[in-house]
Amino acid sequence: MSAEFILQQLLNGVSLGSIYALIALGYTMVYGIIQLINFAHGDVMMVGAYTGWYCTTVLHMSFLPAMLVAMLACSVLGVVIERVAYKPLRKSTRLAALITAIGMSFFLEYGMMFLVSPQTRTFPPVFPQTIYHIGPLTVKYGDIVIITVTVCLMTLLTVVVKYTRIGKAMRAVSFDKEAAALMGINVNNVISATFAIGSALAAAAGVLIGVYYNTVQPLMGIMPGLKAFVAAVLGGIGIIPGAMLGGLALGLTEVFVSAIGFSTWRDAGAFLILIIVLIVKPTGLLGQNTREKV
Amino acid sequence: MRWEKNLILLAAAGVFFVLTSILAGRGLISRFVLLTMTQVCIYIILALGLNLITGFTGQLSIGHAGFMSIGAYGAGFIMKTFDVQAGPTLIFFIPFALIFGVLVAAAFGVLLGLPTLRLRGDYLAIATIGFGEIVRIVLLNTKALGGASGMPLKQFVGWGAAYWLMLLSVVLIYNFVNSSHGRACIAIRENEIAAETMGINTTKYKVMAFAIGAGLAGLAGGIYANHMYMIQPSTFNFLKSFEILVMVVLGGLGSITGCILGAIVMTVMNNALGIFPEIRMIIVSVLLVTMMIFRPNGLMGTTELRLPFRRGPFGTKGDMTNGG
Amino acid sequence: MAAETKQFLRVENLSQSFSGLKAVTNFSMQMEEGELVGLIGPNGAGKTTIFNLLSGIYTPTAGTIIFRGEKLNGLPTYKVAQRGLARTFQNIRLFADLSVADNVKIAYHQHVTHTALSSMLRLPGHYKNEKIMRDKALELLKVFQLEDKAAEQAKNLPYGQQRRLEIARAMATEPKLLLLDEPAAGMNPQETRELMELIRWLRETYALTILLIEHDMSLVMGVCERVYVLEYGMLLTVGTPDEVRSDQRVIDAYLGEEAQ
Repeated sequence: MSAEFILQQLLNGVSLGSIYALIALGYTMVYGIIQLINFAHGDVMMVGAYTGWYCTTVLHMSFLPAMLVAMLACSVLGVVIERVAYKPLRKSTRLAALITAIGMSFFLEYGMMFLVSPQTRTFPPVFPQTIYHIGPLTVKYGDIVIITVTVCLMTLLTVVVKYTRIGKAMRAVSFDKEAAALMGINVNNVISATFAIGSALAAAAGVLIGVYYNTVQPLMGIMPGLKAFVAAVLGGIGIIPGAMLGGLALGLTEVFVSAIGFSTWRDAGAFLILIIVLIVKPTGLLGQNTREKV
Repeated sequence: MRWEKNLILLAAAGVFFVLTSILAGRGLISRFVLLTMTQVCIYIILALGLNLITGFTGQLSIGHAGFMSIGAYGAGFIMKTFDVQAGPTLIFFIPFALIFGVLVAAAFGVLLGLPTLRLRGDYLAIATIGFGEIVRIVLLNTKALGGASGMPLKQFVGWGAAYWLMLLSVVLIYNFVNSSHGRACIAIRENEIAAETMGINTTKYKVMAFAIGAGLAGLAGGIYANHMYMIQPSTFNFLKSFEILVMVVLGGLGSITGCILGAIVMTVMNNALGIFPEIRMIIVSVLLVTMMIFRPNGLMGTTELRLPFRRGPFGTKGDMTNGG
Repeated sequence: MAAETKQFLRVENLSQSFSGLKAVTNFSMQMEEGELVGLIGPNGAGKTTIFNLLSGIYTPTAGTIIFRGEKLNGLPTYKVAQRGLARTFQNIRLFADLSVADNVKIAYHQHVTHTALSSMLRLPGHYKNEKIMRDKALELLKVFQLEDKAAEQAKNLPYGQQRRLEIARAMATEPKLLLLDEPAAGMNPQETRELMELIRWLRETYALTILLIEHDMSLVMGVCERVYVLEYGMLLTVGTPDEVRSDQRVIDAYLGEEAQ
């Protein structure tokens, strides 16, 4: 394996990993706040991809406005899902909440299939098909956009969580819901905001995936969704930098497994990583151990 | 009293079987209905196993289709390897293939159960999803077992065998759950720390639940393989695991009659709406979400449907006077 | 040496810390067979932590627990229970959805000899063991005056009866040493007096050794022969109820709590 080859795969891995990281952020933020694995998150991403597809193909919008519309639409969708399906279950068992989330996921998948037919749609080429040659590397215009968009959104998210009122409220709620409520924080609004932000990030990822693979279809959210969840667990669920790290790690692993000729085993690799992490260090790379109070 | 009751139940089961066989022989039960009835049996066995793991022992598993596929391919492998043909040797080979499938699936149940025992709740659920997907991908990549195009088989197991094996599974699980060992499993669901403090080896019983549950899934897989002419990795995907979970959840986590009901309702609905897969899935998912919001313990909860005997045949509640 | 191995319970220099926070420091205690000992101290003194260490729910950071000549620390919880050490919980941990009878039967489970397979096939071993278990459970429920509630779900019992059921359940494991974590919490004076009688009676009848945590001083002073006093995770003093009652340090520790 030559150095160029490795470098090239590294670039591809970072590009794919960025998308996983964007989706993983939504999983991790929601889990951090209400300890729910929002299974429907991958499908929110799918809805985002479809919105982007619709905006570019039917409304002939350019990439950036289409992505913003998709983000807006999905943040509304995320809030609605939370209010309708998850909020009534906040006091019930984790099992009930998890099953509801899975139900929601299937509802989005097959609801979409019903609406737009199961047929695969082609994403129009929204970027110039320019290819840059930097030294031995081949860099597609799309790769640059993906990485730039991801870096911008992550920076924005970090700033929001660290410095704004809502960000501070989110951290307070994830630390202790009751205490935050006693301090006058409107917990319901904070949870809604979390879903809105997470879903908007997923929508951005959805549009990027649509562009990356040139296609959209109703079940496209399942695999990236599961893998992004693996990424979130890998980094330490509930921890925002963990999701970024986990996403990159997963993207790189996948690209390298494919590159050495095991592309049909790619998905198994992701799940194997998941099981190993869960067994060896269930709290993830950046997580800390907690114990149940007796 | 116990024997009287059991004899009546056995007789009723026999009468039902004879009746269906006669009606099917005269063509009064269509092939489609008979296929649905056989599938109901397969799904009841699957739901029973998952109910033991998730409903009774409280360990959320969403990889049940993985165990099913192991059983299906295990049984299929035996039938293929020995090139079994119709004839008197079936008496030997069918049980051999089914038992092989059960044992391999149960072994994987232990394999998955052991390391994942430290995981709680949703983490375990995710690990089991991962397991199910890994099994599917491995089968997809195993040329010896047919790879993506699958393994063609002959139909050697029909409605009768499926029916009696289903009843056998119900009896075994009912007996297990209504015993000291079953109560040890239920204690884990109720309060794991208290169970352990009372001297119950929680690891052992979690693994046992996984082994028995996976074994039953293997049995269902074996029946499926020998009934459906063809097995393919894509049949045993996440969606299949989810469907089995829905049956258990709808019927009632921790209720045997509940999950039997769930399996019947879901399978009949699946087959009735088979030509509208999107609508079917929309109904299922809406049903599930509504159910979780308004009746999170399923239709039956942990209670059992009772037949009008003086002492209910499904008396799981600790009635001190009950023979158990 | 021989005298040492005969010692019923010996705890030496037990320490437990949670990510730097010291919950128990260098705690030592001894108990002789048949003793009834109290463990008291202000809130947060580490009493329940000591119970969790003794029953194997926590593994101590340092120190040893020797129970009837055998080292307990490091053993999994269920093995500690099987060595004859049973406990109740401060925040009741019954099997809430199960019947009162099943709660007790589950605790007897470690003594059954039949296999799961013999239960599945309903072999004679199953019926024999289930009958023994049923009889034992019934007998215990009679002792605890819960036999008419046998079929009731545990969560539907009144609070005082739930506490009694917790003790009954612990007794079903057939323990040598019983740890009671605030058994009188939430009981009225009449119920507390009855509980005192019950504890004395249990000790006489089953030759039990009992260690109890209690805030109700009338109960501690009424039944215990010796009392260990904890403060800030450390042993403050040990002595007879009279000695402890008149110890200025103990008074200060409790006054300090009340002043807060």
